[in-house]
Amino acid sequence: MSDTELQPPAPAAYEPPSVLDELPGDLMMWVLIVSELLVFGAGLAAFLGVRITDPLGFAEAQDALHRTAAGINTVVLVTSGFFAALAVRMAEHGRKAATRGWLAAASALGIVFLVIKVMEYAEKASHGIGVETNSFFTFYYLLTGFHAAHVVAGIVILGLVSIRCTPRTVEVGAAFWHMVDLVWVLLFPVIYLLR
Amino acid sequence: MKYQSQKIALAYMGVALALFLIQVTMGLVIGWIYVSPNFLSELLPFNIGRMLHTNALVVWLITGFMGAAYFLIPEEAEREIHSEKLAYLQLLILVVGTLGAVITYTFNLFEGNILLGKEGREFLEQPLWVKAGIVVAALIFLFNVTMTVLKGRKTAITNILLLGLWGLALLFLFAFYNPGNLALDKQYWWYVVHLWVEGVWELIMASILAYLMLKLTGVDREVVEKWLYVIVAAALFSGILGTGHHYYWIGTPGYWQWIGSIFSSLEIIPFFAMMAFAFVMVWKGRRDHPNKAALLWSLGCATLAFFGAGVWGFLHTLHGVNYYTHGTQITAAHGHLAFFGAYVALNLAIMSYALPILRGRDPYNQVLNMASFWLMAGGMTFMTFTLTFAGTVQTHLQRVMGEYYMDVQDQLWVFYVMRFGSGVAVVLGALLFIYALAMPRREVVGPGPIEQRRLDTDADHVAAE
Repeated sequence: MSDTELQPPAPAAYEPPSVLDELPGDLMMWVLIVSELLVFGAGLAAFLGVRITDPLGFAEAQDALHRTAAGINTVVLVTSGFFAALAVRMAEHGRKAATRGWLAAASALGIVFLVIKVMEYAEKASHGIGVETNSFFTFYYLLTGFHAAHVVAGIVILGLVSIRCTPRTVEVGAAFWHMVDLVWVLLFPVIYLLR
Repeated sequence: MKYQSQKIALAYMGVALALFLIQVTMGLVIGWIYVSPNFLSELLPFNIGRMLHTNALVVWLITGFMGAAYFLIPEEAEREIHSEKLAYLQLLILVVGTLGAVITYTFNLFEGNILLGKEGREFLEQPLWVKAGIVVAALIFLFNVTMTVLKGRKTAITNILLLGLWGLALLFLFAFYNPGNLALDKQYWWYVVHLWVEGVWELIMASILAYLMLKLTGVDREVVEKWLYVIVAAALFSGILGTGHHYYWIGTPGYWQWIGSIFSSLEIIPFFAMMAFAFVMVWKGRRDHPNKAALLWSLGCATLAFFGAGVWGFLHTLHGVNYYTHGTQITAAHGHLAFFGAYVALNLAIMSYALPILRGRDPYNQVLNMASFWLMAGGMTFMTFTLTFAGTVQTHLQRVMGEYYMDVQDQLWVFYVMRFGSGVAVVLGALLFIYALAMPRREVVGPGPIEQRRLDTDADHVAAE
């Protein structure tokens, strides 16, 4: 029996808007953000789990990291997040030029972050440290590497939303950028500082 | 049936069901070999039987997907299929290729011949000419359905379905590449069936399930589409890197142990979402669709996929666990329930929905079909538990205590006997399913007292077909 022969459905009852409808930006971006946080969260949890089995080895390996550079990078990325937030405010006021300016500033700081990160990687490589050196560095490269890849993706997204510059798109792009920010703020203390 | 060309699906589903029967029968044969290892050892060695079991499975599932596409795309795109002739030509190529593969495997013809002989690479052992035929058939298929969609209405369901089908065809190309380095060989090998079942097939599954929900529950398309996008995003996010859980012990770098463990743990999410989707749609749905069998298969599909692919997959996906369980009967337990839940049940769901329409036989009673669901699902669930227990014992005896493989197999005998019994139930269920769709022309079972009372008092209630 085909559907056309069925009784017409009763009129829809009033449904209150769900929480999902009230999310800023786009639902799909929030799906992505939650997925990313799950991955990085699981990665950090695994890192801490393995660390229990070898606290001395992890502490020793951690001393090879450049804490100052990572500290500077934290300031760079948080400032960049602030610029992205300013871009959202400008977009809401319909000031396109200012929006694009702040997005460009946020992206520029993203590039600064990447440059410092590459310098860190180069320094490690010059000491012969790689992803298979020991489990500390396996996690170090996986977590910061995945994060750096997201910084690259974030810069591309900020570029795209400054081309299609509407309050909604800028909000979506900034949401992603804040996620990248947040993940770094979690990675930095756990990988670089935790003793 | 709104569009004449939907009739193509009938031929595809028929072929798929015939192969389904071959597949489960072979399963029964090799299940008996586990019980009595010398059974047919001269005539049909175990490895050939297993080849037929796994190859037939994949081929009939794909044939079923294609049938489903030919059935639902005209309705979604609101136009006839681009070319019916091409569709039948494509089916002919697939059938000739499949028969060629079956005959080559069974009689071991053309041993060592590059073009005609079996290739010997486990699971990708199809003779080269068959592989080439599959690609030609896939190209014809993609051309045909893509043209139909491009000229017609584009919906989220057809877009996701096409994405999945294109991915399926493109990933098959890795079957032609066989590097000399064994670690690379294995890595590319996983690209075929496992980027299918953990990636693009999930897109096909989600879109067909979405179509069924749309038809069976009458929930708004908008709501269905939102769910569909979320499911697809979760599937691709977790599934692509999640296949890294196959790279733990094949010679790839150690970081795959972490990438694989973390991403594949998330693969449970899309399967949970599909189960939640199916049940929420039914609860929200305002339509009391008479095809209860299709609804039962749809809900069963989402549920068993969650347990088989999601829970049973997670059971042994963390590399610390997999170090012990790898390649034991735990894997077999997961493989059986995952394939049955996610893809067999999906195909049987769309067939239960489409075949009565295609054969112009509605309304008629699908009670036999529903009985076959419980037989097959019950048998498969029992098989999964049996194999899980067998795998647990095997892991302990073989991997922890260090006993010899064959000594352990001897001790697992009782589990293999029980597994054979559950296999009999599955085969009977498959036969009943085919009978239920092919034979009865009118109601087999009249409404019972509860159903009758509902029919009398509830104006919205439609009698089950």
